[in-house]
Amino acid sequence: MSESADDASIIRVEHVTRTLEGEVPVTLINDVSLDIARGDFVCIMGPSGSGKSSLLYLLGLLDVPTNGRIWIDGEDTTGFDDDRLTDLRLAKLGYVFQFHFLLAEFSVLDNVMLPIRRLGQLSDDAARERAHELLGRFSLGDQHAKRPSQLSGGQRQRVAIARALANDPLVILADEPTGNLDSVSGANVRDILRGLARDMGKTVVAVTHDGNFAAAANRRIGIVDGRVDLSWRPV
Amino acid sequence: MAIALDIALAHLTSRKRQTLVSLTGVVLGVGFFLAVSSLMRGSEKDFLKRLVDNSPHITVYDEVRHPHAQPAAMQWPDAAVLVRNVKPQRETRGIRGWPVRLAFIEALPGVRAAPVLVGSAVLSFAGRLEGVTLSGVVPEKMKHVSTIEEKMVAGSLEALAANPNGIIVGQGLIDKFSLHLGSTLSVVADDGVSRPLRVVGIFRTGNASYDESQAFVLLKRAQSLLGRENRINRVIIQLADAYAAQTTAQTIEAGVDYKSVSWIEASEDILSLLLVRNIIMYSVVSAILLVASFGIYNTISTIVMEKTRDIAIMKSMGFHARDVRHIFLLEGLMVGVLGSCFGLLLGVGLMWVLEQIEIRPPGVVEIVHLPVWWGAEQYALAASFALLSCVSASYLPARRAGRVHPVDILRGAT
Repeated sequence: MSESADDASIIRVEHVTRTLEGEVPVTLINDVSLDIARGDFVCIMGPSGSGKSSLLYLLGLLDVPTNGRIWIDGEDTTGFDDDRLTDLRLAKLGYVFQFHFLLAEFSVLDNVMLPIRRLGQLSDDAARERAHELLGRFSLGDQHAKRPSQLSGGQRQRVAIARALANDPLVILADEPTGNLDSVSGANVRDILRGLARDMGKTVVAVTHDGNFAAAANRRIGIVDGRVDLSWRPV
Repeated sequence: MAIALDIALAHLTSRKRQTLVSLTGVVLGVGFFLAVSSLMRGSEKDFLKRLVDNSPHITVYDEVRHPHAQPAAMQWPDAAVLVRNVKPQRETRGIRGWPVRLAFIEALPGVRAAPVLVGSAVLSFAGRLEGVTLSGVVPEKMKHVSTIEEKMVAGSLEALAANPNGIIVGQGLIDKFSLHLGSTLSVVADDGVSRPLRVVGIFRTGNASYDESQAFVLLKRAQSLLGRENRINRVIIQLADAYAAQTTAQTIEAGVDYKSVSWIEASEDILSLLLVRNIIMYSVVSAILLVASFGIYNTISTIVMEKTRDIAIMKSMGFHARDVRHIFLLEGLMVGVLGSCFGLLLGVGLMWVLEQIEIRPPGVVEIVHLPVWWGAEQYALAASFALLSCVSASYLPARRAGRVHPVDILRGAT
């Protein structure tokens, strides 16, 4: 592989290994190489404990590989300290988790505004306007003043997606985004994520167990025992 | 910083009761810190004021600090010199050439001085005898350096100036001898000569032994009674700034060649006692704030534990470790600032209440108010100590929060 990422790929992973140190070292990810194109909707699938989430955390710069290199938007992140990785996450990546993880003390609107205010590029008024616009896009316009606890599971997950989009990131990383939802809400979230990739040119990388969800993706990557296994299919 | 403030506020209000308990700890700590400090400092200042007001700021004695060395000892400084049959000079004791030396002292800025001849005499009245300390004074000068005039209950210092055969005695002596203003009593001095003097003034200081054993006459009268014409043996000095006494005393001692003792030197033991008392007091009141800071540590630690997921999500979202630390340090600071504000109010309230308390010590007619000091430095001290203990109490939980690794938490949650 070349030393620099080409422009078409937003995420490039080269021979990445992640090992947890300890009395018995555990290898979570074993020599994985990947290229994810801009605007792609990719699903990472595999049996439980295969290393799907660990790979997602590495792609999303929450964790650093023991070996190998990861490029995000053409930038080699090897050797970046915690602060630089954090800044990169803030500007270019958005996370959606299985559990919504909204801050319970803040209103829906404030939750969406949080990353915008952290980045600090918009005035408070502009940040509020953007948050309203995002919530409106996911049919949550009239819910903005509520606390997360006053919303349904599907609504919360939509708020979480709106928050992930707050700083207009290049990549949305989703970890079992429908894992905790009923089938109707799950389908809704899936359609939203697919729309982000198709209509807005966002790159969406999702870890899932859900076959229906995976069927919507452009590309499926199987992970078994920490390695890429292209032949893996959900049972 | 605004987000950190919002989040910190949200955390504190989400645990209202615990926050309130921590806050109360700080409020009480600051309040009592102030109340106790104002009372202790007030009593210290009151005590010093009495000490400074009731005694001369500087007294020049007819002695030298280091006796003159014998010529033989000066000749052979390293030898053991024994001089036999040294005869003391037969000379009337006192400050030599005192008018010149007094003029030197009075020329110093902010200095008021009065010459005094102090000796002992025996007062006799109706067959009773009482030994007293007789002070010969110049009323005109004395009234500027001594509080004796304020303590007069009958007659005045001026009356002494008008009557060369007058004497001013204390209330204690008056009671003992059943005298009154205008009574005549005899004063027997060194040489056994008895001279009738008329009581022209009565003073009362509140110090019983002083009131029974002191008597004032004119300087000339004292000089003739004590057989020490044209001599004085004390110069009593009062300064505009009592706390400059130490340096002024050194200047005077260098200028007049006689031992000058400032009130600071004379009360060194009391001053060091007051210092120790202050150290004890501040240790005790600081301990209250220290205990309060444990409450804050507890509250913020609980919040950090409860909010681990929030911390993980904030870090994954793009909050730096230091942003997270700031949130929790801010929580400590907010409790500290709020606690200090209310604590200062409580303290001022307590100080006001203390000041209203009236005490009547047994056997004293006068009502005494508790001496409360309102000086600004103690507010600053109480508030800064409170802030310091609050921020240090939140430091450890804040550091722990900053070290939360999102992946560890997310792995556990999913």
